[in-house]
Amino acid sequence: MGSIVLEKVKKSFGDVTVIPPLDLQIDDGEFVVFVGPSGCGKSTLLRLIAGLEDVSGGTIRIDGRDATEIPPARRGLAMVFQSYALYPHMSVRKNIAFPLRMAKLDQAEIDRRVGAAADILNLTAYLDRRPGQLSGGQRQRVAIGRAIVREPAAFLFDEPLSNLDAALRVGMRLEISELHKRLATTMIYVTHDQVEAMTMADKIVVLQAGVIEQVGSPLELYQRPRNVFVAGFIGSPRMNLIEGAEARKHDAAAIGIRPEHLEISQTEGLWKGTVGVSEHLGSDTFFHVQTNASAQPLTARASGELALGYGSEVYLTPRPEHLHRFDENGLRIA
Amino acid sequence: MARAVSTRRKVMTTALAWAIGLLIFFPIYWTILTSFKTEAQAINNPPLFFGFDWTLENYSVVQERSDYMRFLWNSVIIAGGSTALGILVAVPAAWSMAFVPSRRTKDILLWMLSTKMLPAVGVLYPISLIFVEFNLLDTRIGLILVLMLINLPIIVWMLYTYFREIPGEILEAARMDGAGLREEILYVLTPMAIPGIASTVLLNVILAWNEAFWTLNLTAANAGPLTAFIASYSSPEGLFYAKLSAASTMAIAPILILGWFSQKQLVRGLTFGAVK
Repeated sequence: MGSIVLEKVKKSFGDVTVIPPLDLQIDDGEFVVFVGPSGCGKSTLLRLIAGLEDVSGGTIRIDGRDATEIPPARRGLAMVFQSYALYPHMSVRKNIAFPLRMAKLDQAEIDRRVGAAADILNLTAYLDRRPGQLSGGQRQRVAIGRAIVREPAAFLFDEPLSNLDAALRVGMRLEISELHKRLATTMIYVTHDQVEAMTMADKIVVLQAGVIEQVGSPLELYQRPRNVFVAGFIGSPRMNLIEGAEARKHDAAAIGIRPEHLEISQTEGLWKGTVGVSEHLGSDTFFHVQTNASAQPLTARASGELALGYGSEVYLTPRPEHLHRFDENGLRIA
Repeated sequence: MARAVSTRRKVMTTALAWAIGLLIFFPIYWTILTSFKTEAQAINNPPLFFGFDWTLENYSVVQERSDYMRFLWNSVIIAGGSTALGILVAVPAAWSMAFVPSRRTKDILLWMLSTKMLPAVGVLYPISLIFVEFNLLDTRIGLILVLMLINLPIIVWMLYTYFREIPGEILEAARMDGAGLREEILYVLTPMAIPGIASTVLLNVILAWNEAFWTLNLTAANAGPLTAFIASYSSPEGLFYAKLSAASTMAIAPILILGWFSQKQLVRGLTFGAVK
């Protein structure tokens, strides 16, 4: 069981408030992703839950029990660090067994659990190596293995994939999602990468400057961003935001339209523009089009077959049902 | 791109390195040579480097007249004791400075180092008085305490530099894995810091072994280490260069041998943290 509840949790370093009082509910078995730009307080929030930092106020409940004053070792949580944080002087086997040794389990049980974890993570062949002899992906697996052997109430991941190369990152992303489905244990995952957030999460928590901007499922955030910040942060490439005269036509301070919701035509449309850089992904092509609607070029998505040269004239038309409207405070207009 | 080095330049730098090395080693070499000469040959002018009669007489005279083993034993106890005590005090100090620094940590470190800038003789009088008051004069324990305190700033600084190189996340991982402070230090920090602790110990043993100012001023017959042993052969006896040299050779031999066998550790210790 691993529900985690934060009530009025607050953190300051000296005079600097990093996280103003904040409430959050994480249900048992959920995969929750904290996402936000660097310095938004997402890692600090995770460390508060882990107990590696002390809260400046408020209460943390794990499984209904007040854990605010409990040291990290006894919170029943496991953590995977960005740098892997493996013990360099121990073999893979000893690394994975370490939390079990600390829990004073008997040797037969330790061997059984280490064997099972190594099996799940394809590490059986490497058990007697040192971390220094492993690749980045294997090290990350060892770190995960060290976390799962304890059968914790919840897993905490602190940007676990950011030290891996792109291809490996996609693979590990799937492995972690697979692991979550298999173990059905609560996972809290911190990342600055909104693609990881979208693909892995049951629930995304978007943070900015220590404040929760929105909590919701990936599609909720994508379809109904609560404010301009979430609208711009979630989705890749980012949503086109247009201010000024075009927005006023819709009674809004700003309007937003996602690249896939702009119709491209070479003959007619609402906004006339010229094609700048095009990015060909094969399946799709993203065109950056300078229009009269906004000072910034708009990004439009088209199928990979459409070929438009640099400088060619096009027309863009937003699909009205997908238009997002925001008021002068940046909040969504329903 | 690698810098091109001409052969000519290689030869020149090699020759220069050897010349400097020999220059530094020369006094030691001369001392050892002199210890095998007779007193008459020792004061010969110009000095003799070959063609003298090798003799072990000086060594047997020195051993007869003063008990070398007793001085050696004192040196071992004082150098070993002050180092062990210093490490015991410095590990927790360096630990807390490296992993839970406060706003004042840097100031404290600098202040500690600044005590090394004070000339030792400046505090000779107060320390002598304290020694008299507590009956520590000419005792090993007194010397252990003084040498420990004198070298403590260096031990703390060295350990601090080593500990700083250990990523804090590894210790946090240990905490998350259920390790208490004791297990964290025992199973994670210490094994990772052993190379650092070893070279700190080594350097400190050498410093304590060679320390002469306090040992000469605070000891007499009972607790005198090898530095006092050498000193006893200088002026009071008149100048017997060959015997003085024999005494010096006997005094520096153990530490020279220790240093030779642990060069790798020492160099690593002294240059640690230099790159990065």
